[in-house]
Amino acid sequence: MKKEYEDRADRNEKRLLAAMILIIGLLAFGSRGSDRQGSFGQSNRSTPLRGTVTMAGSTSMESIANALAEGFMNRYPYVMVTVEFTGSSAGIEAALTGSADIGNSSRRLRPEEKAAGAVEYIVALDGIVMITDAENPVRELTKEQLSAIYQGKVRNWREVGGTDRAIVVLGREAGSGTREAFEEYLELEELCDYANELNSTGAVMARVSSTPGAIGYLSWDVLDDMVAVLAIDGVKPTADTIRTGRYGLSRPYVMVTKGGMEEQSEAVKEFFLYMKSGEGEALLKNAGGILVEAVQ
Amino acid sequence: MRKLKDDVLLCLIYLAAFFAEFLLIGILVYVFVKGFPHISLHFLTTVTSVLEGTVGIAGNLVNTIYMVVLTLVIAVPVGIGSAVYLNEYARPGKMVRLIEFTTQTLSGIPSIIFGLFGMVFFGVTLGLGYSILTGAFTLSLMVLPLITRNTQEALKTVPESYRSGAIGMGAGKWYVIRTILLPSAMPGIMTGIVLAVGRILGESAALLFTAGSGYFLPRSLGGWFHKMVESGGTLTIQLYLSMEKAQYDIAFGIAAVLLCMVFCMNLLTGLLSNKLGDTTDGRG
Amino acid sequence: MVRYRTDTRTRTVEKAARIIFSLCAFTAVAAVFSITIYMIANGVPAVLQAGWKEILFSSVWQPAAQEPSFGILYVILTSVVGTFLAVLLGVPIGLFTAVFLAEAAPGWLAAVIRPAVELLAGIPSVIYGVLGMMILNPFMYRLEQRIFADSWTHQFTGGANLLSAVIVLAVMILPTVISISEAALRAVPPELKASSLALGASPVETIFQVTIPAARSGILAAVVLGVGRAVGEAMAISLVSGNAVNLPLPFCSVRFLTTAIVSEMGYAGGLHRQVLFTIGLVLFVFIMMINGILSSILKGEKRQ
Repeated sequence: MKKEYEDRADRNEKRLLAAMILIIGLLAFGSRGSDRQGSFGQSNRSTPLRGTVTMAGSTSMESIANALAEGFMNRYPYVMVTVEFTGSSAGIEAALTGSADIGNSSRRLRPEEKAAGAVEYIVALDGIVMITDAENPVRELTKEQLSAIYQGKVRNWREVGGTDRAIVVLGREAGSGTREAFEEYLELEELCDYANELNSTGAVMARVSSTPGAIGYLSWDVLDDMVAVLAIDGVKPTADTIRTGRYGLSRPYVMVTKGGMEEQSEAVKEFFLYMKSGEGEALLKNAGGILVEAVQ
Repeated sequence: MRKLKDDVLLCLIYLAAFFAEFLLIGILVYVFVKGFPHISLHFLTTVTSVLEGTVGIAGNLVNTIYMVVLTLVIAVPVGIGSAVYLNEYARPGKMVRLIEFTTQTLSGIPSIIFGLFGMVFFGVTLGLGYSILTGAFTLSLMVLPLITRNTQEALKTVPESYRSGAIGMGAGKWYVIRTILLPSAMPGIMTGIVLAVGRILGESAALLFTAGSGYFLPRSLGGWFHKMVESGGTLTIQLYLSMEKAQYDIAFGIAAVLLCMVFCMNLLTGLLSNKLGDTTDGRG
Repeated sequence: MVRYRTDTRTRTVEKAARIIFSLCAFTAVAAVFSITIYMIANGVPAVLQAGWKEILFSSVWQPAAQEPSFGILYVILTSVVGTFLAVLLGVPIGLFTAVFLAEAAPGWLAAVIRPAVELLAGIPSVIYGVLGMMILNPFMYRLEQRIFADSWTHQFTGGANLLSAVIVLAVMILPTVISISEAALRAVPPELKASSLALGASPVETIFQVTIPAARSGILAAVVLGVGRAVGEAMAISLVSGNAVNLPLPFCSVRFLTTAIVSEMGYAGGLHRQVLFTIGLVLFVFIMMINGILSSILKGEKRQ
């Protein structure tokens, strides 16, 4: 009886110990951060590619990042690609600290980010389109009208050739790559008077489509027919006008790594190769990215 | 005049009570009517594919299960241990007051603060990044008070004679705790666990910056283990993200699934507290 | 059959058990301690760098400008005003419902309503936000268009305003207020009510002049807990409040302490990010104050 009791006590102690070791082990395991495992080999490999590719960054790049991730995983069944949509600046920071392999950014790198070791690759171009709700008859604004609307000087669609309806001015939150590009274009840095500041591309779409009289801006590639597009100074945003620069409101999509390509893991290198391949470019295009000749 | 005042007040009381009831019925009906048409086997068993243009929440379901299990594995032993210490070992004094005060404080801290703390402590300091494990550690701090308090309540209902009897027969304290106290406190512990699961299911603010929003399923056997240190959005996170993106179909589908889960949890709590009531009645 | 033992092995086990249990108990202390340290360590640097007056008492929030300004006065005010209004709206309804459950309801009706209230408490907060966005916001927008039809200065928000957030918050604190006040009302000794009734007071008078005053510390605790829940809620109101930094007026789009963190944490870097932690710290200080008040109420109750 006594033996049994002690045995049981022992076992319990061991169980406790085992649980603690497990937890500590998990901690240690996890704290290795993003894994950079992956086998060696050329692009034309004999052993299957293994490892992980972690991306973090811009919400505007959601559709192209998800499409690339899915396509890449279909191609290489032993690779896990994860994408976080934390925002451009946070994505770049994640790449620099190593918590992500690739930072997605919808703006070019700032000098201090380059100085910290970030290297950018432009993967596509994106137009920022002005949208309004589908029932609004207005389909065109001049740059001046847009500027007046976003400064709160014009508050009714009547004043810009529409029906008598209040304008609900929507925009993105401070720090957003889209907002930065938009305000730069209108030369209204931090001067816009927003009625709603929404923290993702999709949220702008949702709000504009559900609010009569709303105006907002978002990425060309996420556009769908729930909302109406506004031409600026008579130019409609299309793949052509954006690529040629006739539609002026555009910015690049960049992917950022810490250090050059030679410092990346096998899986990440392969990911970039995949992006440049015919299959990858087709995916990018389908997801709404506008391809450019590499502007490094 | 007095009669009139009484009637008016009584009216208000009834109105208030029925308001709560109608609110609930309204919410349930609205969510289910909008959500059920989108729930299908395909919705529950696949992950969203951008390439094929289909939606599914299997990845989020799996993440939710990971989150619940991992959080409980961390929080339940600690919570029970804490309750046992407070009830069986500690003598009333400064220490106990400090522990009880912090436990109460912990239950009052809003989840967004847990999220910030989890992000910088588990995510950055411990280097876990955006991962299910980061989320689970964060949430276990959050549900710890629930488990401690419920276990403590249950331990208090175990009659003193059980303890003195067993100790008098020469049993060690650990032996008594293991064989008598914890089994008797089981319904209370279970109530705490069920409440904790409910809290984990509904949590979003604490997870947004800690567990991230990944929605893919693990791809190999090793992947299922590695999943713990990968980002994973629970159902509630996906609901928030879908809503933001105006994907109302997914949003309401998930909302309906979540409400079903919450409903089950509530039923379970009800059953357990009945059971707890029975056992204490029988012994008290 | 358990024999008396004093051998060292048992003693080791006992000692180990004691140590492990006390370690478990100190987890809560360690957690609160480290959360406090981390909030201060992350929140204070921005205050030192930008100046506390610049942050707490300036109303200009332009974190990404060439010359950034990090005034969070309006954000703090919004949290204070929003919480106050939500409590003003939610507490009477909650208290009346609690009175109904504890005093007026026939058994079967209480048996239907009580689980309903519990279920309301269990609904994930995001779902409240979703419903607010789908139902409340369009309704508010229609109201807004009617009220400000002739205004040339009003900025139209599309219904995402302070009022929507307040209503969502009020609904969300209901379950807390109801269940805790009901428990407090039930704890009032029946003799008290019986003597009031015997003295000729009507049942309603008894409720409002005897029972509720007798349960006031419990009800107060319910209100304070409700305040805590309202101050700390983030996701639900981030979907309905519009998120622009404005003076908290009913039809203005507003930003709360919590939603400020949610909406900009993703994109922020540098000082901007640190200021968001400062906002977290302000929120944390509010919550600690509320906790302090709560524990002193509970202590007072115990003494009674």
